[in-house]
Amino acid sequence: MPARSINPFATSSTPVISSPSLDAINEKRDREQPRRTSFTKGNKFTALFGGASPKARDAALREAIVAQQQALLNSPSPPQLVAPISLPSISVTNPTNEKMPTEPKTLFQPPSPEDARLLAKAHAQFGPLGSQSHRCVSQFPGGEFAEPIEDEPPYYYLFTTYISYLILIFFGHVRDFFGKRFRRQHYSHLAERDGYAPLNSDFDNFYTRRLKMRINDCFSRPTTGVPGRYITLLDRTSNDGNHTFKFTGTTTETLNLSSYNYLGFAQSMGPCADAAEAVVRKYGISSVSPRSDSGTTDLSVEVEDLVAKFIGKPASMVFSMGYVTNATTFPTLVGKGCLIISDELNHSSIRFGSRLSGAMIEMFKHNDMHDLERKLREVISQGQPRTHRPWKKILVAVEGLYSMEGTMCNLPVLVELKKKYKFNLFVDEAHSVGALGPKGRGVCDYFGIDPAEIDILMGTFTKSFGANGGYIAAEKSIIDKLRVQNAGMLFAESPTPPVLVQIASSLRLITGELSPGQGAERLQRLAFNSRYLRLGLKRLGFIVYGHDDSPIIPLLLYNPAKMPAFSHEMLKRKISVVVVGYPATPLVSSRARFCVSAAHTKDDLDRTLAACDEAGELLQLKFSSGVAGGAMPEEFTLQEEKDGLREQKPVTPPRWKLEDVIARGVEDVQGSVLP
Amino acid sequence: MDFNGAQGTVVRLFNDANAQFHKMPGSAIILRYIKSSYQDDPVRSAIELFLFLFAVRYLLAPTYSTHKKVALREEEIDELVDDWTPEPLVAAQTPLEEMENEKRPVIVGPTGPKSKLSNGRTVTNLASYNFYNFIANETLKEKAIQTLRTYGVGPCGPPGFYGTQDVHIKTEHDVAAALGTPACIIYAQSFSTISSVIPSFSKRGDIIVADKAVNFPIRKGIQISRSTVRWYEHNDMEDLERVLQKVVKEQAKKPLTRRFIITEGLFENIGDVVNLPKIIELKLKYKFRLILDETWSYGVLGRSGRGVTEAQNVDGTEVDMIIGSLSGPLCAAGGFCAANEEVVEHQRISSASYTYSAALPALLSTTASETMALLQEQPEIITSLRDNITSMRAQLDPRSDWVNCTSAVDNPIMLLVLKPEVVASKDLSYLDQHQLFQDVVDECLANGVLITRLKSMPVDLGIHPRDQGWQPTPALKVCVTNGLTKKETEKAGIVIRHAITKVITRRK
Ligand SMILES: Cc1ncc(COP(=O)(O)O)c(C=O)c1O
Repeated sequence: MPARSINPFATSSTPVISSPSLDAINEKRDREQPRRTSFTKGNKFTALFGGASPKARDAALREAIVAQQQALLNSPSPPQLVAPISLPSISVTNPTNEKMPTEPKTLFQPPSPEDARLLAKAHAQFGPLGSQSHRCVSQFPGGEFAEPIEDEPPYYYLFTTYISYLILIFFGHVRDFFGKRFRRQHYSHLAERDGYAPLNSDFDNFYTRRLKMRINDCFSRPTTGVPGRYITLLDRTSNDGNHTFKFTGTTTETLNLSSYNYLGFAQSMGPCADAAEAVVRKYGISSVSPRSDSGTTDLSVEVEDLVAKFIGKPASMVFSMGYVTNATTFPTLVGKGCLIISDELNHSSIRFGSRLSGAMIEMFKHNDMHDLERKLREVISQGQPRTHRPWKKILVAVEGLYSMEGTMCNLPVLVELKKKYKFNLFVDEAHSVGALGPKGRGVCDYFGIDPAEIDILMGTFTKSFGANGGYIAAEKSIIDKLRVQNAGMLFAESPTPPVLVQIASSLRLITGELSPGQGAERLQRLAFNSRYLRLGLKRLGFIVYGHDDSPIIPLLLYNPAKMPAFSHEMLKRKISVVVVGYPATPLVSSRARFCVSAAHTKDDLDRTLAACDEAGELLQLKFSSGVAGGAMPEEFTLQEEKDGLREQKPVTPPRWKLEDVIARGVEDVQGSVLP
Repeated sequence: MDFNGAQGTVVRLFNDANAQFHKMPGSAIILRYIKSSYQDDPVRSAIELFLFLFAVRYLLAPTYSTHKKVALREEEIDELVDDWTPEPLVAAQTPLEEMENEKRPVIVGPTGPKSKLSNGRTVTNLASYNFYNFIANETLKEKAIQTLRTYGVGPCGPPGFYGTQDVHIKTEHDVAAALGTPACIIYAQSFSTISSVIPSFSKRGDIIVADKAVNFPIRKGIQISRSTVRWYEHNDMEDLERVLQKVVKEQAKKPLTRRFIITEGLFENIGDVVNLPKIIELKLKYKFRLILDETWSYGVLGRSGRGVTEAQNVDGTEVDMIIGSLSGPLCAAGGFCAANEEVVEHQRISSASYTYSAALPALLSTTASETMALLQEQPEIITSLRDNITSMRAQLDPRSDWVNCTSAVDNPIMLLVLKPEVVASKDLSYLDQHQLFQDVVDECLANGVLITRLKSMPVDLGIHPRDQGWQPTPALKVCVTNGLTKKETEKAGIVIRHAITKVITRRK
């Protein structure tokens, strides 16, 4: 929440990102609400660095945080406002604000109850910026791009994790053994039935039946409404061990750390939704034909131009599904006699497409450029198997940002290798486009690499843009060929008009063509939020994976039983998170995954940190040994950290107090990463 | 003495091993077996021993490799790397492809029975699957906007991770109710649905018996599944039975594997309709499961558009999986698979394009529910379309000397292929026919009617022409809509007929 006292621009005449009138309203609410932590930031800092005794300040802070927790728990989305009587409003025309009525507010004209309701709704989808200091730029600082250091928990936890799985498997088999004998009807689908082989093999089904079923209530939670800053879950219960669920008829509004809503474009109000509504009125809902027949409309042409310009490639084409973009594009690029070298953690769609293409497939270790180079030398020098003929083409396929790991591809090295080994490079930017780079244009933007260096840039609109579908951006000759050969173009339905318009308007917002300033705000808030939450979790003592600027933050849980426990603890605190385990991850590294969004405010993240802190204590999740950073600031300065002096000092596990994390967070995020 | 010591050790070792062996459970059986077999047939024992040793050697051999590696020095590798020149990423366009890129129509503004093209002309649009003209329905638009204003556009996540919305659950129920199946699952895109459904059930070693003329996504699904495929002649029930018999016979001795028949309701590439009762009879007789692709028949066939099952009076539960589309006739997007709970729940975790892809936008899901309800409440929507189909057919099929229509009478997508005698007399190759039909499409467009050609299936790169597999016969595609009156439909039909005549007679 914005507090005017700390917003340096709030009353000045410089172009402002957050709206003064919004601030005014919030200020009013301040007075009515228990004050939240960030409102008291001014005091906090004076308390921290000023004279107050440490004990007193701790107590005060804790009190504030608890109060904030309580307030948020009671009503996750911003409370509806009672029309205030005497607001010090100012007349503004605010380019960035999508939710305000357009007529200028004059002094002493409070928003009507209707306006206030709309504003509350808007804030539940996209939180207002708390302070200008809650922004930073997502950009590679230069130097060598290092792999994030992966911390490991004490052996005890690895050991218990294996034991847990053994126990689960053992009990599963015991239950199966007796079940198959005494409750035959429950197992009939796994046995031959009057001459039909079972649809699921017993063995394949074991994992689902005996492991996933136990925690089924953490998956596929049905939702309703906009998956924005908050997401509304439909409450459900199960009386039969998660086989079936009953809806209770109630809903729970939770803080949404689960959707891929990086730039916060999941909104039912604002310019994107307005444009989508207009287009539904004008164009109808669907364009009912494949692109190659008569499904190409002026909208698709426009979006393709926009995408090409945004990505920085001469041409692009759009599809109605990201998965199919990959599944149909690989077969049009490579085939028999070609080789695909794929990162071992590549998305299912890339594997699907690669397998369809008929090319040979080799894997290299996740993000391991040495392994890739070794593979390249081997395959190029050996040629095709048996015939030893040279390969026709070699296509290296990587993702920009890996959705389970939070790691980015090492693009600088990939580009160097590409020059040396002459392979073609395919980068799947499903998660990185919009989410990375100072202008949100993906990994190329982040690393400052010319997109021309990469042959094919693929991405999806399901994540950062709040729409659906995928795109391919490449040279015009490549796109022209794809248009006639790509099965997705020939046979699949074309993207629908509302989806196309959502893409177009979100792209225009990002580039600043629409509401200048708003796109930049979204990008910078996302970058800040990502770093803030990541740093905070590290300092609290959690093991997190991934690169610092990634909005995907996996928090390692290890023990399988901790997946449902963590998910439930967070749900109790009205936060929805995704938990994933084997087989989506290696057996030992079950994890919870936070997807940060520009729609979150710092308060939301503080709330998440507080919840994690509690859950972490309860479930013993604070494993970190300190090798991945996050130690106490007293131990070494940032400069030392940069100089690599850290290794020489003994690492101590970081176990900050929550209040210190919150107090120092903004400063450290700004200090450590801004050049 | 050294020797003696060694001998002693060996003897001790042997005794130990012997004792251990006797302690092992089952060793007595082995001993007895060896002894008795040695007495009966020493040669056999020798062969068995040899086989055993061979198996051990085989198992201990380093990982099986398909090719020998040539050991090279680093400089040699560098040299080879320098020498290697890859082919360009894509080949140059062929003239036909260039033409296709150039001539692809771009519609400006809404798609409808009359659409405006980017060249400024307004044409009669018989190229879109806009059979019921739901695009122009204002009530549908209002409802979609309401959904948009409550859900936004995209659900921002796959169904398993908070992407399942209440509207999806409702649409699933609606489809299941319409087809009479216990459950249903909604995919975000219709095209990829079946490509993903097939491999989530049929695995390596399983058997698929499929119609020769099935569409492209089915083929890709089969390819991904790595199952054994047998093809039967298109819609030839006798041939199907023959193939089924053969499979059953071949597999009689082997462990039971999953067996599937895969076919389409209305065939995308030919337009005719499946004989469902007969297939059900055969599948029950030979114990196969049936995967029916109703992409082109759901929303089209039957009294209220519920597809082949309704049209041919088959209970939806008789078909193991019904795959259909919510795009096209239903004017929304997405696909579905209707089946029993077991089949549906299995897909939720193991069907790739469901699990690993974002869910369907809410407003498209609600639109599908609405249009399905419309079709069921107002069957006259469908009858008026059928009237138009009849009118159009009357203009084209019996009257043309050059083409005939392979589509079923109720199919609003009319596929027109050249009569065999025309192909023979004019000596038209496959490419010639495509070119010819493209000329017809151009000629129609010049006269204000937009139609298209049936697209051939893309061929995998690097495949020898011999192995390219089945391709549909080149055809014109005319999509009838009830957004036009009977008169307008007939007029468009006449334009198409004249264009065909003109183009073909022009060709020597
Ligand atoms: C790397 C990657 N590629 C492709 C996709 C598929 O995109 P869509 O959800 O639009 O089908 C995803 C989505 O999860 C992804 O993570």
